[in-house]
Amino acid sequence: MNAPARTATWHATDTRLLSGWYATGRPADLTDHLRRYGTPPVTAAHGNRHAMPLIRALEAAGLTGRGGAGFPTARKLRAVAAGRGRPVVVVNAMESEPASRKDQFLLAVAPHLVLDGAVLAAEAVGADTVHLCVPRGRSAQYWQLSRAMDERRDACLDEVSLRLHALPHAYVSSESTSLVRWLDGGEARPLGAPPRSHERGVGRRPTLVHNAETLAHLALVARYGPGWFRQAGTAQEPGTTLVTVSGAVAAPGVLEVALGTPLATVLDRAGGPAEPLRAVLLGGFAGGWLPARHLGIPLSRQALAPLGAAPGAGVLVALPRSACGLTETARILAYLAAQSAGQCGPCRFGLPAAADDFAALAAGQADQLLLSRLRRRTGLLPDRGACRHPDGAARLAASALGCFADDVEHHLTHGACPAAHRPPRLPVPPATPPETWR
Amino acid sequence: MTHTRTLRVDRIACTGRGLCAELLPELVDLDEWGYPVLLRTTVPARLRGHARRAVAACPVLALRTDRG
Repeated sequence: MNAPARTATWHATDTRLLSGWYATGRPADLTDHLRRYGTPPVTAAHGNRHAMPLIRALEAAGLTGRGGAGFPTARKLRAVAAGRGRPVVVVNAMESEPASRKDQFLLAVAPHLVLDGAVLAAEAVGADTVHLCVPRGRSAQYWQLSRAMDERRDACLDEVSLRLHALPHAYVSSESTSLVRWLDGGEARPLGAPPRSHERGVGRRPTLVHNAETLAHLALVARYGPGWFRQAGTAQEPGTTLVTVSGAVAAPGVLEVALGTPLATVLDRAGGPAEPLRAVLLGGFAGGWLPARHLGIPLSRQALAPLGAAPGAGVLVALPRSACGLTETARILAYLAAQSAGQCGPCRFGLPAAADDFAALAAGQADQLLLSRLRRRTGLLPDRGACRHPDGAARLAASALGCFADDVEHHLTHGACPAAHRPPRLPVPPATPPETWR
Repeated sequence: MTHTRTLRVDRIACTGRGLCAELLPELVDLDEWGYPVLLRTTVPARLRGHARRAVAACPVLALRTDRG
């Protein structure tokens, strides 16, 4: 096998959701979409009392959620279909993760692939309504999706009703329970379980909440089947995934890669490191730091788990050697603390206190007890909130203390490192609380 | 027939009054702001009465025990 041939096949199986975009270079309207993919195969999704073809195909395909948690899609559909009452489908296109662009990108270039997926999922579970949730403030996205829905309505394409909603934009308003609560007239803040959304969600009906990208994959599995889906990725984690690569790379942006692609290859496809790297932030702000020596590791849950990392929502931020990892982490933690819903003890007190400790460490103003206090406080964040927001912040803080252990030592004994005095490198939104929850 | 009881906290309802840790220190500790840290969630049979009293004492009904 020579190298060029391998490159060719690699691209053929790696580009799925974005293939239309790469072929035409412009966003697909309904005519483009139907020409490329045909109408969504709803009759196959329907099934009957004895067979649910789409759910079975998804199970065989091994598709998992691409929003970060990685839950098996088929299991979610099955739980909703088995619930009491007419189900509802919610498309989570909130993408509140500041380092992620993939859902915005996908919805901009292939909106109908996501909408097909939502409609097919609705048919498979017997839902009559699809709610598409986007954050307020992305008005161009809102109008583009609104037009895409009009196109479908004019073409009488769907039997289920599609509704577009603009929700408050906060880090935690993309939690599935925040969407359910807002759609029911409440605030876009997380709710504790039980009841779980799949049992009792919007209007007390069984509710299927899926990330936008997941539904686009679902739309392709419905058309081409599980065997096709498994041609990319690994046996345990098949398929492709969208990643957002940013930071110190030559060509930052959204890419589609097969699961199991080495992190270094993903960075290379984003133009490669623009300068020597210290680490990558993997998964998102609620993800973790991975030292640059681990870049040979494949992008998959299985390969990353031993390092305490996960692909999360497909975020890769390359941190150059010239930056201070502690300073960057302190900025992210301050943002996460400010953006919490402030509903539970850990987010009201523990997370802000841990963020302050971290800021003191980054600034080289640590007292003798800081490190043990910080470890104790971050250790008490997980599993003690209604949602997983404090867990994510704790994961980030702990991974930073491990990944930048040498810097921690330096900051504790000699004060802030020279890099900490340079301007920060990661784009982190201001650490201010959300303006509104409704 | 006896069922296992599991201690649960409604984290949104909880305001950190701390009565649970006072009445059930075997299972509940407090963090530095007075919010509960569950040391164990399964309620042993010998503590069932104490757990019931702690549940009843919570002023915001944030503590409960569930079956299983």
